[in-house]
Amino acid sequence: MRVDKFSLCATVVLIGALILAGPAAAIKIRAVFSVTGPASFLGDPEKKTAEMLVEQINAAGGINGEKIELIVYDTEGDATKTNLAVRKLITRDKVCAIIGPTRSGSSLAVVPLIEKYKIPQLSCAANYKIVHNEKTGKPYKWIFKTPQSDGLAVEAIYAHMQKRGISKIALLSVTSGFGAGGRQELLRLASQYGLTIVADEKYGPKDTDMTAQLTKIKGTAAQAIVNWSIGPVQVTVLRNWRDLGMRGVPFYQSHGFGSRKNIELAAGAAEGVFCPLGAMNVAEKLPAGHPQKQVTMQYLKDYKAKYNEPLSSFGGHAWDAIHMLVQAIQTAGCNKEKIRDNLEQITGFVGQHGVFNMSENDHNGLTKDAFQMVVVANGDWALAD
Amino acid sequence: MRFRWSWLQTGIGPWPIENALMETTTFTSQLLQYLITGLTIGSIYSMVAIGFNIIYNVTEIINFAQGEFVMLGGLVMVTLHTVAGLNLLIAFPLAVGLVTLIGVLLDRLAIRPIRNPSVLTLIIATIAASILIKGAAMLIWGKNPHDLPAFSGRDPISFFGAVIQPQYLWVFGFLVLIVVILTLFFDKTIAGKAMSACADNPHAASLVGINVNRMILLSFILSAAIGATAGIIITPISLMEFDRGAMLAVKGFAAAILGGLGSFPGAVAGGLILGLIESLGAGLISSGYKDAFALLILLALLFFRPSGLLGNAQVSRIKRF
Repeated sequence: MRVDKFSLCATVVLIGALILAGPAAAIKIRAVFSVTGPASFLGDPEKKTAEMLVEQINAAGGINGEKIELIVYDTEGDATKTNLAVRKLITRDKVCAIIGPTRSGSSLAVVPLIEKYKIPQLSCAANYKIVHNEKTGKPYKWIFKTPQSDGLAVEAIYAHMQKRGISKIALLSVTSGFGAGGRQELLRLASQYGLTIVADEKYGPKDTDMTAQLTKIKGTAAQAIVNWSIGPVQVTVLRNWRDLGMRGVPFYQSHGFGSRKNIELAAGAAEGVFCPLGAMNVAEKLPAGHPQKQVTMQYLKDYKAKYNEPLSSFGGHAWDAIHMLVQAIQTAGCNKEKIRDNLEQITGFVGQHGVFNMSENDHNGLTKDAFQMVVVANGDWALAD
Repeated sequence: MRFRWSWLQTGIGPWPIENALMETTTFTSQLLQYLITGLTIGSIYSMVAIGFNIIYNVTEIINFAQGEFVMLGGLVMVTLHTVAGLNLLIAFPLAVGLVTLIGVLLDRLAIRPIRNPSVLTLIIATIAASILIKGAAMLIWGKNPHDLPAFSGRDPISFFGAVIQPQYLWVFGFLVLIVVILTLFFDKTIAGKAMSACADNPHAASLVGINVNRMILLSFILSAAIGATAGIIITPISLMEFDRGAMLAVKGFAAAILGGLGSFPGAVAGGLILGLIESLGAGLISSGYKDAFALLILLALLFFRPSGLLGNAQVSRIKRF
């Protein structure tokens, strides 16, 4: 028994020593990404990007000589788990700032927590309500986000339709947070662009076939289809569209389609499909004078060299978040109030998904010009005119 | 009712006669398309439901890893056919064989070692197995969906204005094949009859010299093989990724309940009906509520016939679960 007690004490002392001896001056950043689970294809590139960037920054001497300590928590795409993780890293890890979460549902779920504990957060999720307090009509004080809001993607798509003389459209959306958020914006903005919605169809995130929904649309006068979903369903729906011989009805995907993997999986069905994407997805195709040409090409090169896999649009959101945060920390250190103020004052930040101009009334800082309309041609993206 | 109503409505519209006629033909072809799609999705649900029933009949447990067999079938096939480049005719039986082996392992490692098993413990063991299999699949195949080439090309066949993907025909064909083989197996072979005997009364079956443990193993083999087949033939239509199993298991389970848990023709009917409700509901009423229609009909049916469409009330009273 004595021995047991002794070893217990020894362990406690040892752990204590380890904690004290840990890197004393490190800037603690925590990221919450859905690395596994249904949205893992979003969270995985975000995690890889964040880790790569922190490695780069630390190798170059950190921020003002202080190293960044980044730990990525896995939310499994689950709002409850995100909430628990965020609570833990605020109360126990005592972080300077939070990156993520990945999904809109999870991000909305932690809004009250962030506001209560006053931690600067850079969300990597799309829904505009993350940075828009509906009660005050202003952004939440402590929350920023890097991905373009759904509304901007919708505007980019609608503007393109208007240019092509389309007036009647059919909507397709998945019954998840992403699909529902997009659908809401599609419905809200249609009249501003002179568009009539003649069909509004939905499908489940794990459905095997959307032929029924498309057949219904085929029977309407729709001149174009907008689909709002992520994951395998956005590929299946394209195949069904092709098989039903509906190529004559132009197909617009959301910015969630932003991975070359999807073109590959569509097995030819993606040809001619339109989609609004951030500049980083078409880095090679951008004209030399484009403001984002340099940063996007650099990211592309680094990511490919390190992970040897195609770049995903979602990793770019983490890139923007990390770099803006680092810029804010430069002068603020770990002073949360100051980090927040610095984030709000960011202007002309050239990122992967656009040029950010934050302000008191805009914690996203992007306009619809952050999207390039892209068309799939010969199995690759091409800039659409 | 719905059909006639819309049909008339297009007739009384302000359009000229030809236009109204065209409208009606598109509506019939639309309806046909819903039926075809519904039957295809339903066939897959049927196969999953059959898998549930075979294990349920012999062991009285609901195998929650049933959806995982489907997922594994698709993903193993992707590795053998697309990655390793094996011919379809070789890769198909090999993939089914490998998944069957996992079914055997599930029985040997998770089900049999449990001492004094209660039905509930066994069911929990299958839930654990499904989580394990799903996690392993995520590590092996990654998180992205995978694709298989369609068995006989992707050129759709036109059929009275509706479109049939050639892969749909494979799905129907395999459902028919599975039904025929299983019917022959249960009616004509000793092993099949012994299995039916276990399903009726395991104690009496063991008294007349049937090795019940072997029959349980056989039930896992059959279920895994049928699940794997379903996974392989659906992948060219809907892609496959590591966490697809759960949804298919839920739908297959609903189909099994709808048809009457344990009833073999019930599973086929239940799956097809479920698929049709989803497809017709999505097309004619509202696609947002299609899963709700399926559940409503399931609940309504269970209210009037607690043992399911083709289930036997007396048999289900004897069962422990």
